[in-house]
Amino acid sequence: MNEEIIVHGVEWTVKELFVYPNEYIYWSIQIVMYPYMTGLVAGAFVLSSLYHVFGQEQLKDIARFSLVFSLALLPVAALPLLLHLQQPTRAMEPLLTPHFTSAISAFGIVFTTYALIVLSEIWFVYREYFVNQISVLKNARGFWNRARLVVYRILTFGAHDLSEEALRVDHKAAKILAGIGIPVACFLHGYAGFIFGSVKANALWMSPLMPVIFIMSAVVSGIALCMLTYIVIMELQAFRLRRSGSASQAGEVKGAESEIITQAARYLLGFLVAAISLELLDLIFRGYTAMKSWDILRSVMYGKDFVNIFVLQYTLGNLVPFILLLLPGRTVRRTVLALVLVLFGVFMMRWNVVIGGQAFSLSFSGYMHYHIPVIPHSLETFKEGLFGALTVAATPFVLFWLINKFVPSLRRVPGET
Amino acid sequence: MSCSRRQFLKDVVGGGLVAALPASAFVFISSDEAKAALAETKVRWAFLVDTTKCTGCGFCVTACKNENEIPFDAPVTRTWVERYVVTKDGQTHADSPMGGRDGFTQREIHGQEIEPEDIDKAYFVPKLCNQCDNPACVQVCPVGATYQTPDGVVLIDREWCIGCGYCIMACPYGVRFFHPVKKVADKCNFCYHRITKGLQPACVQSCAFGARRIANLRDPDDPVTKIITTERVAVLKDEYGTKPNVFYIGLDENVR
Amino acid sequence: MKRHVLHPLWVAIGLVGLILLARVFMVPDDFGVHGPSFTYNYYRLSNIQEWKNFPVKYRGKESCAECHEDKIRMTRRSPHKRIECENCHGPALDHPDDIEFLPTNQDRALCLRCHASLEYPNNARSDLPAIVDRHHKRNRACVDCHNPHNPREDAE
Repeated sequence: MNEEIIVHGVEWTVKELFVYPNEYIYWSIQIVMYPYMTGLVAGAFVLSSLYHVFGQEQLKDIARFSLVFSLALLPVAALPLLLHLQQPTRAMEPLLTPHFTSAISAFGIVFTTYALIVLSEIWFVYREYFVNQISVLKNARGFWNRARLVVYRILTFGAHDLSEEALRVDHKAAKILAGIGIPVACFLHGYAGFIFGSVKANALWMSPLMPVIFIMSAVVSGIALCMLTYIVIMELQAFRLRRSGSASQAGEVKGAESEIITQAARYLLGFLVAAISLELLDLIFRGYTAMKSWDILRSVMYGKDFVNIFVLQYTLGNLVPFILLLLPGRTVRRTVLALVLVLFGVFMMRWNVVIGGQAFSLSFSGYMHYHIPVIPHSLETFKEGLFGALTVAATPFVLFWLINKFVPSLRRVPGET
Repeated sequence: MSCSRRQFLKDVVGGGLVAALPASAFVFISSDEAKAALAETKVRWAFLVDTTKCTGCGFCVTACKNENEIPFDAPVTRTWVERYVVTKDGQTHADSPMGGRDGFTQREIHGQEIEPEDIDKAYFVPKLCNQCDNPACVQVCPVGATYQTPDGVVLIDREWCIGCGYCIMACPYGVRFFHPVKKVADKCNFCYHRITKGLQPACVQSCAFGARRIANLRDPDDPVTKIITTERVAVLKDEYGTKPNVFYIGLDENVR
Repeated sequence: MKRHVLHPLWVAIGLVGLILLARVFMVPDDFGVHGPSFTYNYYRLSNIQEWKNFPVKYRGKESCAECHEDKIRMTRRSPHKRIECENCHGPALDHPDDIEFLPTNQDRALCLRCHASLEYPNNARSDLPAIVDRHHKRNRACVDCHNPHNPREDAE
């Protein structure tokens, strides 16, 4: 039994004026990361579905990529929770004894369902590729090629039929799964908003708008991340092609990229407008109705957190990218800047909700200041500190690199649906 | 098209199986066990705090820490005492140093020295878990690690709590915290191990002024119950709909 | 119709089956709804007895009286009669079986809990005799001059 005495939260919480003795910032950086990562998952999936379900042909390439990337993001969505739990070895309990009156209990079921849908859809999209790879690698030598052969053999689940009808069925199944996946992705993120919005004890969180705000900003972040990663990868490809002397091919790549980005940007802006409108509506309502908590909320939002909310989130994270994407003569550099700002803005939104909601005491007469642990000196200050957050942020890219070796999503493979 | 029908069937069956998982969570026990569990409903624990009697000595907080093995120097506590000083300029100054564990021996509040002649009123308010009828903390526990006993006390299963902290966020009264050693949620449970043996909670016993008293609302002869039912009492933050069972005499409007 | 469409379904069913099987082994048998409401009464039943078995630390004045009747009689003649012995002497636990001499807190800080002057109007504390700490015999223990069992008498 670990007899170490650690009061969770005391390391990074500074109390000001009258705060109840047991109040600390219990939900810190990992709880900011969690809705951020699930938002990226949901957004990436919705982007992919825009092609599969609604037949937006220009999105075909980025759709395949964002589907696979959404798979790379999925385990990372669960990682912040594992790092946050005081008893991570009991993490399976929401699947074993789910108490359905709790929004968090939905996590186990929704997450598993969504994972199954994404995996199934990828399977249907790539089954043809797997079967082809088996015949390509059948006589190949070398450890890595043999390993891949084994993996592909397993991944096909014995379904080797490549007839036209079989492929048509694959295509249809992928489309249906993409369609079902949209509401599930919305639920995956809507429930995260419900987790906060249903806490009546927290004056900032309590709002029926919370689930919708979370979904909208999740889709925004997912689309932005996919667009950004896609641009980076395509630019790299074009750069390599130019260096190897194929300037015309490089030009083709850049042209296609531009088309896709323009289309995706339209959706991004739509969801961005929706997200901002709802957040402003929430703010205006609170100020207008001026409930008991309004005094302390106002002093937090217009005082201590003014820069976080109005400068970082609303201006830098929403208004500036909005203008950047709408101005004519959009360049790749400007788009990249806009996308990075959007991602930053959505992160600040999560920060301002989670940390902002704990910036004031239940007494409405005191404040709590969050000082994120930077240099970890214990397991707890790592898990709930800057490096824990960076670990979570970096992992999807590592996973994507690994998954992409088996499920390539960046080059158009001839004969694929 | 037969393809899409098959696909639909696949999804319905798959969805049904996934739904079977939550359905299996609704385990109902046999009627004999239910009867035995509900046998204690002749008791409904409640608490009465008389703020007109509290002197802020803090012995209750010390006793609670010792009785319930909450590390003495850790800045968390199952019960605490708040001090309120309302000054003539209309300001309310409130504090609770270490939860009132060492009492209140200085006039200074948050670095501000308050002169006696500036004070309109000043008082102490002990607080503890309200063992609500509709506990928000129980509602939000994702795994069933916290619950309401048949006699009304809200307990925490230390073996099952995953330490997510949702219950701590959901409590409007701020009574919950993470136990610094056990690494699970913790809170006042009316000294359940004592009251079920006919003893008083540690805080009630240690209070020399009679500011804290425990009651059984189902016992009409309980003198404390009589006070709750026949005299003017108040509860904290009733706007949250939690239906708390800690009643206060002399609860001032400035109490947060 | 192509059967391979159902392959992911079998995997999903297998996974759900695994979870249901895991429940049999990992969830205690007495875990369930033990009361009128799933919202408030969903728990592991044996936990209630576990809490009832939690060790008691404070024994209370009546148990002190079994051996220390003289001290208690002394307090009965004073305003300190309503203070629990264990407030100053610490929890009795299994005294004298496990602890022969209870550690007694004789610090000034203990007495100041009630007797530090705060001058609050309309407050029960103002009924108690009080001192201003820095003006009254600093650096000495209160018990040097005041008998805690009956402060109206001289110290022992």
